Amino acid sequence: MKRFSEKGVRRILTATAFSAIAALTLIVIFILMEGLPFIFRAGLNNFLFSSEWDPQSQKFGILPMVAGSLWVTLGAVIVGVPLGISGAIFLSEFVPRWLMRIIKPTIELLAGIPSVVYGFIGVMVLAPLIRNHLGGPGLSILAASIILGIMILPTILSISIDSIKAVPNSFREGALALGATHWQTIHMVTLPAAKSGIVAGIILGLGRAIGETMAVIMVVGNAVKIPGSPLDSARTLTANIALEMGYATGMHRQSLFATGVILLVIIMVLNYIAIMAMRNIGRIK
Amino acid sequence: MIGYHARSVAMKIKNILISAIISLIAAVFVSACGRGKASITVAGSTAFQPFAEKLADNFMNAHPDSSITVQGGGSAVGIQSAISGTAAIGMADLVVLPPEAKVLNPVVVARDGIVLVVNPKNKVNNLTLQQIQDIFNGKIKNWSQTGGDNRPITVISREAGSGTRSSFEAIVKNISLTSGAIIQDSNGTVRETVANDSNSIGYLSHGLINEKIKALSVNGISGSTENIINGSYILVRPVYFLTRGIPEGKSKEFIDYIISREGQEIIKANGLIPAK
Repeated sequence: MKRFSEKGVRRILTATAFSAIAALTLIVIFILMEGLPFIFRAGLNNFLFSSEWDPQSQKFGILPMVAGSLWVTLGAVIVGVPLGISGAIFLSEFVPRWLMRIIKPTIELLAGIPSVVYGFIGVMVLAPLIRNHLGGPGLSILAASIILGIMILPTILSISIDSIKAVPNSFREGALALGATHWQTIHMVTLPAAKSGIVAGIILGLGRAIGETMAVIMVVGNAVKIPGSPLDSARTLTANIALEMGYATGMHRQSLFATGVILLVIIMVLNYIAIMAMRNIGRIK
Repeated sequence: MIGYHARSVAMKIKNILISAIISLIAAVFVSACGRGKASITVAGSTAFQPFAEKLADNFMNAHPDSSITVQGGGSAVGIQSAISGTAAIGMADLVVLPPEAKVLNPVVVARDGIVLVVNPKNKVNNLTLQQIQDIFNGKIKNWSQTGGDNRPITVISREAGSGTRSSFEAIVKNISLTSGAIIQDSNGTVRETVANDSNSIGYLSHGLINEKIKALSVNGISGSTENIINGSYILVRPVYFLTRGIPEGKSKEFIDYIISREGQEIIKANGLIPAK
């Protein structure tokens, strides 16, 4: 009887695990089936490297959106990563344990704020500030970068804290015993030892930044042009799909699925690079 | 991390499965209860959706034997679902119906003005059609060229495929939107952006003007309800109800109700312009 229930539980768990994989596979197959024929018909060159997007006159070039996505994601990393890593060092090395127990859950709460709220704050507070002090339309790459940087902060921070905390205390004690100062210990011993975890945190944050849609649509302005400065408005790949999917029919609809294919490829390449980077770090260590 | 991720995905799928089962049961239950009623679906334009819902409520009160479901989705969805038959009536508010809508029978049930709006701080009160064209084409880049302050113009438009945008461009003509234009995805967000940005210009549905933004006259004629009804204001688009073939049965009854005097009064009372 016991063995029977043991087996039953195992089967159910296997089925659940496979349903997750099946869902992923189905999504990928569906997007490819809808998007690839369009890419073949229009030609990858015309699709990816043309900067004219005007579905009404059959012009489907997504270069501005690719550029927009890269700008915004890069901006989010510039804002979020230094804040995240330095915050993690401070919280895990300089703050007493009892205080950490209060601060860390508070930071993780940030991750629970719906993205539309971030977007709303961006539109109401950030965009007017940028418009009045730096010029431009306000709804800009800079605004999106700051908002996204804050949005990915909890991910980077909490994973970095966990991996710094996981560094054995004997490492620190060894460094201190050799005469290293507290800061020397941190940047020469603790951080290198925690590197792979920190990189994982950054990559997960990157994934969130590139995939974020709602908050970005609200603050980035969505202009279809290759941005020339952080104060310009731009459109990301995700925003392009979300903005136009409601109306799109025929070729236009297929081109949005093709945009999804490009997004999928970019995210897969990113993850691949991340996995490779993490492996290499492991080897050096 | 990977384990954690897979677990959360599995949890999500489980939740989705559970909610799918619940909604399936609910759907069976509801359809069982609804049996015996003649039911039709109306889908399309999000601008007209709230009015259609109100009209459907009133219609169902008068005809307890019928049930009308109103769905949004946008004008393109309205046209598609009327063609495919998933909706008995498609709603579309476009000046020019796309070629695929030729197979459908259009009935104009209301009209809607499109109004150019700027921030109340802006001194400009009137633009000519030519100036509007030049602003949205990116030829005029500064408010001083139209009699305003020396400030850059921020053009705000809608996403490609929006009924409001295609109607606006069809009436103003020869617009190839300047690439620097900010794109917002609804009438409401256009209004918010214009209310917040003193350099901006946008356009939206006549029914959505409020005190936070300023409506501009076009060629010296303001977009008031009277000017739209008497035909002197030019930025007006029709709201179509589209059916496959001549409407019959419940679809005909509902459309007849909307274009009846009572239906048109409800449309007028809620800020839209009657069909005639």
